[in-house]
Amino acid sequence: MAFVQQSSPHARSARPTSKVMLWVILAALPGLLAQTLFFGWGNIINVVWCIAIALASEAAILKLRNKPVAFILKDNTAAVTGLLLGLSLPQFAPWWVSGVAVISAIVIAKQLYGGLGSNPFNPAMVGYALVLISFPVAMTTNWAEPALLWDKAPSFADTLSVIASAKQTAVDGWTMATPLDEYKHKIATHTADEVLAHPTFGEGFAKGWEWVNAAFLVGGLVLIGLKIITWHIPVAFLGALVVMSLAFGSNEDLYAPLSLHLLAGGTMLGAFFIATDPVSAATSHQGKLIYGAGIGVLIYLIRSWGNYPDAVAFSVLLMNFAVPFIDHYTPPRTYGHHKARRGLPGGGRN
Amino acid sequence: MSSTIKLWDFSGGIHPAENKERSTSRPIQSAGIPGQLVLPLQQHIGAPAEPTVAVGDFVLKGQKVADVSYGIGVPVHAPTSGTIESIGDYPVPHPSGMADRCIVLKPDGKDEWCERYPISDYRSLERDEALAIIHSAGVSGMGGAGFPTDIKLRPPRDRKVDTLILNGAECEPYITADDMTMRERANDVVAGLKVMAWILRPERCVIGIEDNKPEAAAALRQATQGTQIELAVIPTKYPSGGEKQLIQILTGMEVPSGGIPADIGVMCQNVGTAVAVAKAIFEGSPLISRVVTVTGEAVKNPGNFEVLLGTPLNYLLDQAGLQQDRVSRLILGGPMMGYTLTTTAVPVIKTTNCIIAAVADELPAPPPEQACIRCGQCAEVCPMELLPQQLFWHAKATEFEKAEHLNLFDCIECGACSYVCPSSIPLVQYYRYAKGEIRVQRAEQLKADRARERFEARQQRLEREQQEKELRRKERAKAAAEAQANKKAEAERAAANGEAVDERAAKSALVEQALARKKAKTEASDSKAAAPSEPAQEKPDIEALEKQFAQAQSKLETMQAMLEDAKAQQADNVDKLERAVTKNHDRVKRAEEALADARKILANQPESQPTE
Repeated sequence: MAFVQQSSPHARSARPTSKVMLWVILAALPGLLAQTLFFGWGNIINVVWCIAIALASEAAILKLRNKPVAFILKDNTAAVTGLLLGLSLPQFAPWWVSGVAVISAIVIAKQLYGGLGSNPFNPAMVGYALVLISFPVAMTTNWAEPALLWDKAPSFADTLSVIASAKQTAVDGWTMATPLDEYKHKIATHTADEVLAHPTFGEGFAKGWEWVNAAFLVGGLVLIGLKIITWHIPVAFLGALVVMSLAFGSNEDLYAPLSLHLLAGGTMLGAFFIATDPVSAATSHQGKLIYGAGIGVLIYLIRSWGNYPDAVAFSVLLMNFAVPFIDHYTPPRTYGHHKARRGLPGGGRN
Repeated sequence: MSSTIKLWDFSGGIHPAENKERSTSRPIQSAGIPGQLVLPLQQHIGAPAEPTVAVGDFVLKGQKVADVSYGIGVPVHAPTSGTIESIGDYPVPHPSGMADRCIVLKPDGKDEWCERYPISDYRSLERDEALAIIHSAGVSGMGGAGFPTDIKLRPPRDRKVDTLILNGAECEPYITADDMTMRERANDVVAGLKVMAWILRPERCVIGIEDNKPEAAAALRQATQGTQIELAVIPTKYPSGGEKQLIQILTGMEVPSGGIPADIGVMCQNVGTAVAVAKAIFEGSPLISRVVTVTGEAVKNPGNFEVLLGTPLNYLLDQAGLQQDRVSRLILGGPMMGYTLTTTAVPVIKTTNCIIAAVADELPAPPPEQACIRCGQCAEVCPMELLPQQLFWHAKATEFEKAEHLNLFDCIECGACSYVCPSSIPLVQYYRYAKGEIRVQRAEQLKADRARERFEARQQRLEREQQEKELRRKERAKAAAEAQANKKAEAERAAANGEAVDERAAKSALVEQALARKKAKTEASDSKAAAPSEPAQEKPDIEALEKQFAQAQSKLETMQAMLEDAKAQQADNVDKLERAVTKNHDRVKRAEEALADARKILANQPESQPTE
């Protein structure tokens, strides 16, 4: 009788990557639900469309690379990339904008770098940044007006037809500038009170956005509770944003208030679902703190003094660049050693 | 008592399914005497023992059958009375499935003891005597690698052991050998611990036990009543029984990287080892049996057995009711750090603590390896605070230098990282591979360095010789030139002095000189031609040889004395000295032989004895 020959350990816990990714998808559902409640059907349609394109393009490129298609698709990572783009793109973004974003995310940012685990940049954010730069009109004018302001909410079919049309700009009356956009462009010529009188703002908050952000926060806390992500990146990310806002943005007549920074735009989605992508993030706890804080600082800088109203994608990508450097200088101190071995072997001349 | 002991936590760790209750329902049973016992001569790290018996010899139970002549090791004893059937290579428990030298004993069934010398009052002994008893009882560590216990109990001179830890954590799933030993033999455990404490004289003596063994803890609490021994019940978390982790839990200190616990004044001993020490002292019994857990879903009667060393696993598995058709994986040790066996035809040895006969779905084969997503779960559970995913990355890319930089060699191969890896990457296997490759590279580097040093030394020597030669040549030339100059100057002086120069006389003198030279030359060549007939060169110089022999002998004696000292002091250079002694031994032998040869030659040719 031949016994199984295998290297230790022989016991394993049963939480495969596919399940981890499935949990990420499930944890994002409250956010999607809030988006749908407050901004209509756009996000759901986007999510379904993006996931479909993500799976199709991943399958195609895996086939080209002679990789086992079904085996790799089952790891659910392509679906997560599609989901994240669907959650972050404007509700009325035309189908081809999201298509370009997803395909460049999967094909260029992920598979051309070697596939899962080898990509230095967050694929979803590469796709997002690419369409943001390439199609600025489509990416800024297609944000849905908060559902509370709609006289007659666009139906599922209406929304679908808008997204399915080839036009860059969507229907007036269903869309509205995002709170961050509004604040950024009006504050130069108006006082804070005047800006906040715009219907996109609620009682000092961004109407609808605060609930979407709160839902993503809840989903993120679930992920931390399940030990799928650690607290380091979100806490450093949000902490840095708070510190920056307190340090520079106390004058609301010049800069967006802290509440907007935290609860408008893609802050919570970015902090818990995007910046925590393990492949492109820093490794050690200390590294994660630096990485998360870097993203928080950059978001504040770009939102306050840059050209873009929101900045999650650019900040994440910029910090992705810094990850190898951060990793080299933040290894943990190993048991039995006096201090951590920083830098590269041979004193960094490598 | 336990509540007052301050405990620390170690970082990481996991909580795998324990599966321990399966083998704790029955008390420890005797496995009996099998038809054949196979005793490997090497059952631990260090040097193998040499047989002291021959095939056909009858031996009594407890009689020494093999002993160590050099290096680190302990003797091997007959686990029962019987006849030595053979001495040769048989499969031994090893991950590679290799064969090694073993003594095969055919039991006679009488189980007749040899003479034993129990000691009731060990405190009347010298500590060295107690250590000698432990050594000759063949006691080696029964929890891990099996380091000889007497040597471990002699820490380096400059290292005082302040804390003696008895490791009863037994954190590996499935294994319950220590648990059952503590439950049923708590008094022996404590007695052995007391002996070791008496030898080491630590300030603190503490037993570490995981809180999933309440019965064992209760038994030990009773056995330690009225003693200074502390009982620390620690939270169950794998690998709390790892030496470094247990030390951290109980003392808050870390063993320095590359060091030993004695460096921070700590020593760990295993529960089973304590029992073996107690038996060696109080019963005079050598280590001839041990408690082995036989478990897994493929055995009908899992439990713990008192097993004679050398008992073949197939015999032991039959005792536990192995279902041949159900077993898919046979593991020696635990499911986290044990290794799979190819055959059941290997014996139980001093370090065998558990055998798991697992059915297919009990420990299923891992799904295919997926890409690492750097999720960091591995780093979260690593008890050594390494970065397992980075180590994996570098190991896979054969960037060994970077892996070493990230402290690859601090990995204890506990398997926690592989256990949690969502991509089911066999991380530990990658680390073993990288370590192996690095060790090979280091060995080769060392070899290359030595070769280079040798070459460079030779080059230097040749150059030096060349220079010296050149120097001598120049000196000679200079001397010659000076002589020439002097001669010339003298001739000139003579000429200047107006001395009469009888040219003829001078010429005849020259001729005479030439003749004299010629004569001398012929004579010399004559004597050279005659030389071979003279025995002078072949004559064995008895005196010189005798002197050589005496010198070698005295040197050997000094060496031996030094070795004895070194051994007594536990010095690091014991190995070196041992080699030196063997070398000198050879030298003495050679000198003796040469002397004998020379005498023989002289005896054979007395007529050619020179007269000088």
